[in-house]
Amino acid sequence: MPDNARALNRFGLGAALGEAPPRDARRWLNAQIDGFDPRPASIAAALPTGKLIEMLRDSRDEKKELKAKAKQTGADPKQMKQDAKAAGMPGPYADLRDAYIAAVGARTEVALATQTPFAERLVHFWSNHFAVSVDKIVTVGLAGAFEFEAIRPHVMGKFADLLGAVERHPAMLLYLDQAQSVGPNSPLGARAAQRGKERGLNENLAREIMELHTLGVRSGYSQADVTEFARALTGWTVGGLAKLPILQGPGPKFWFAAPIHEPGSRTVVGKKYNQSGEGQAQAVLSDLAVHPATARHIATKLARHFAADDPPPALVARLEQAFLQSQGDLPTVYRALIDAPEVWNGAPKFRTPWEWTVAALRATGVKSIPAKSATGAFLQLGQPIWKPGSPAGYDDIAASWAGPDALYRRVEMAQRIADRSAATIDARKLAPALFPDSLSPATATALTRAESGPQALALLLASPEMMRR
Amino acid sequence: MLLHRRQILAGVTAAGALLMPRIVFARAATDRRLVFVIQRGAADGLATLAPTGDPAYAGLRGDLAADLADRPKLGGMFALHPALTQLGAMYAAKQALFAHAVASPYRDRSHFDGQNVLETGGAQPYDRQDGWMNRLLAMLPADAARGLAVSATIPTALRGPVQVSSYAPSSLPDASNDTLQRVSSLYADDPQLHALWEEALQTKAMASGFDAAGAKGAAAAGALVASLMAGDKGARVVMVETTGWDTHSGQRGRLNAQLTGLDALLAALKTNLGPSWDDTLVVVATEFGRTAAANGTGGTDHGTASLAMLAGGTVNGGRILSDWPGLTAANLYENRDLKPTTSLDALIGGAVAAHFALDPALAMPRLFPGSSSGNLSGLIRA
Repeated sequence: MPDNARALNRFGLGAALGEAPPRDARRWLNAQIDGFDPRPASIAAALPTGKLIEMLRDSRDEKKELKAKAKQTGADPKQMKQDAKAAGMPGPYADLRDAYIAAVGARTEVALATQTPFAERLVHFWSNHFAVSVDKIVTVGLAGAFEFEAIRPHVMGKFADLLGAVERHPAMLLYLDQAQSVGPNSPLGARAAQRGKERGLNENLAREIMELHTLGVRSGYSQADVTEFARALTGWTVGGLAKLPILQGPGPKFWFAAPIHEPGSRTVVGKKYNQSGEGQAQAVLSDLAVHPATARHIATKLARHFAADDPPPALVARLEQAFLQSQGDLPTVYRALIDAPEVWNGAPKFRTPWEWTVAALRATGVKSIPAKSATGAFLQLGQPIWKPGSPAGYDDIAASWAGPDALYRRVEMAQRIADRSAATIDARKLAPALFPDSLSPATATALTRAESGPQALALLLASPEMMRR
Repeated sequence: MLLHRRQILAGVTAAGALLMPRIVFARAATDRRLVFVIQRGAADGLATLAPTGDPAYAGLRGDLAADLADRPKLGGMFALHPALTQLGAMYAAKQALFAHAVASPYRDRSHFDGQNVLETGGAQPYDRQDGWMNRLLAMLPADAARGLAVSATIPTALRGPVQVSSYAPSSLPDASNDTLQRVSSLYADDPQLHALWEEALQTKAMASGFDAAGAKGAAAAGALVASLMAGDKGARVVMVETTGWDTHSGQRGRLNAQLTGLDALLAALKTNLGPSWDDTLVVVATEFGRTAAANGTGGTDHGTASLAMLAGGTVNGGRILSDWPGLTAANLYENRDLKPTTSLDALIGGAVAAHFALDPALAMPRLFPGSSSGNLSGLIRA
């Protein structure tokens, strides 16, 4: 496949209608590292984290009130909920669901209109690497703000800074239960224990940081390391949510709560951490961020995303070296990717539903679609945004996406997109712009034989070329 | 749906500004309604209205002629496809007219280009940006110039300076049976996609139930179109797009399903328009016809002349208009296709002008500037 076709589809998000293929594919990609805009207008317009936390607090309170009322009056809470809905009252969490839909719309809009599609692909990659999932209700409203505020600003920076921002974001702290983790020997933990109440350590975030975000599973850390790291992380929480005045903090944002931090030094992965306060877990994070196991883990995932489901070992090794030598400087790693023959020459990757939909909409010149339609479309195609169902994120291999029903739905969607596209689009002319010098004779023939313009466009969107990148 | 309709029609009325000079009218014709049903994909006129009286027909068509062999002959020469029962009844009631061996000025065999000529009214593909239906709207009185496309976007025939509306019923199936078949051949050489696709089709059991759903969908579409045309504010110039006519293989079953759908569409229009049917003209036409002979895969390939149909209360029907060229080898166009003997432009132009009481000598060059054939008269009741 020619380089510009690869650059557009494998590195980028697919050519936009009217976009000329890049003349120098590598230069085009390298320029996007500097040209990336972390805060385009539609992202800047999204609700900020602080506001969303306030909405979350109000929804929690409202739900509690409803429960109390139901208990008081003996009414069925489910019936109350239905009655309220029938009366046109949105009920708790409705505004957060709206915020979720709006954020999906903003993400989609940026992907459709961006001039730096390679950089946006990296945003999507990291957002999935550090996945939060909206099947947990505390995450629904915050998932978009997490990507917009914790991921985007650091995609072209150091991995350590990206990691620090991600683990401090309230979406992550709430999703992986860090917000309510209490050091047993902290002032608050000790007091609770005296009164016979159990308030203790939650290891969830500590474990997933090591297993998913940095070192990778079975890379040599132990259960003791997880527990010690969890102790170091106590105090990392979200302000503005807790009932206790002592845990209110400075407002609706990340907050280090000294009253719940486990005192003492910690030993994690063979190193002793004597710091006190927030700096202790940060020191662990800083070391994890540049650990050789982390370099290997990140290199493997990037190679899988850009080269092949089974990452070529030589490429993994080179990316790993780039990561280690640069102390986790992400642009250095990206440049190694751009230089990698394995990415330019390997067999095509099967597009995920997100990738296919974005490519199809870009190809047909769609610059924005209603947020609700976008949310529904990704759900129908099997990849609801920010809802992988687990902190491991969505799979990045064909076996997870190439199913009969999934393919059928894509074809249906192809037809729908084609039917709604401008009648002036000639699929026969569009095809070589999407896949420069690489359109198969079978697809070209199908397009010329199609019985109508929209049918030709639907076939192009459903073509084998379009299904892969 | 009612709400949608009102919104759309309000929009159409507000956008009634006409940018082209109007032709003087014999009489106001605001009650007159036109529906143009385009058959995209080259419908086989030789199977829809089969010239079973032509001695060469049975030999050329082989098995494809089986459905038509014992059908009663209209005009001593032609058999109407058995799926077209309602249209047959309209013909008997003198409300349907068939014109055979018709063609637009286009003489090659590309669907895109052929449809472009049919819709723009130009002599060559892409000669013009605007469509003949839009130019027709410009010639109607402002209060009748309400155009509507029953599709998500505006098709070429309706495009132009006069603003028209569009409405796509969401209940229509998104991927047509024909498209699904084409996807099958698109994936034929791709082992991964081929396997997935065949499994998907089997699971969906697409083969069964699709035809019935198609007819039901067509009837619903017809009822919808009629509702959009009802009343004082309803649309007056409407285009309905039908697809799936490109029958290169398995033609007998597929064409039967297609024509069943078309028949249901026309019947639903008549029923749901009620008394307005008396003021309605329906034009059914395709970009070109199909080969005189059957091909090796139970179908027919792209041809030249085909069939066009007029139906409605204003049609001077119960007739077949045909200067029959014959099907012997010497009479075929380029040795393979039914030879065009009547201009499709002249047929549409003549019918539409008379239907809206436009002066045909003035209307024809505007509607079909690419045509040099004048127009046909006597198609509409005086």
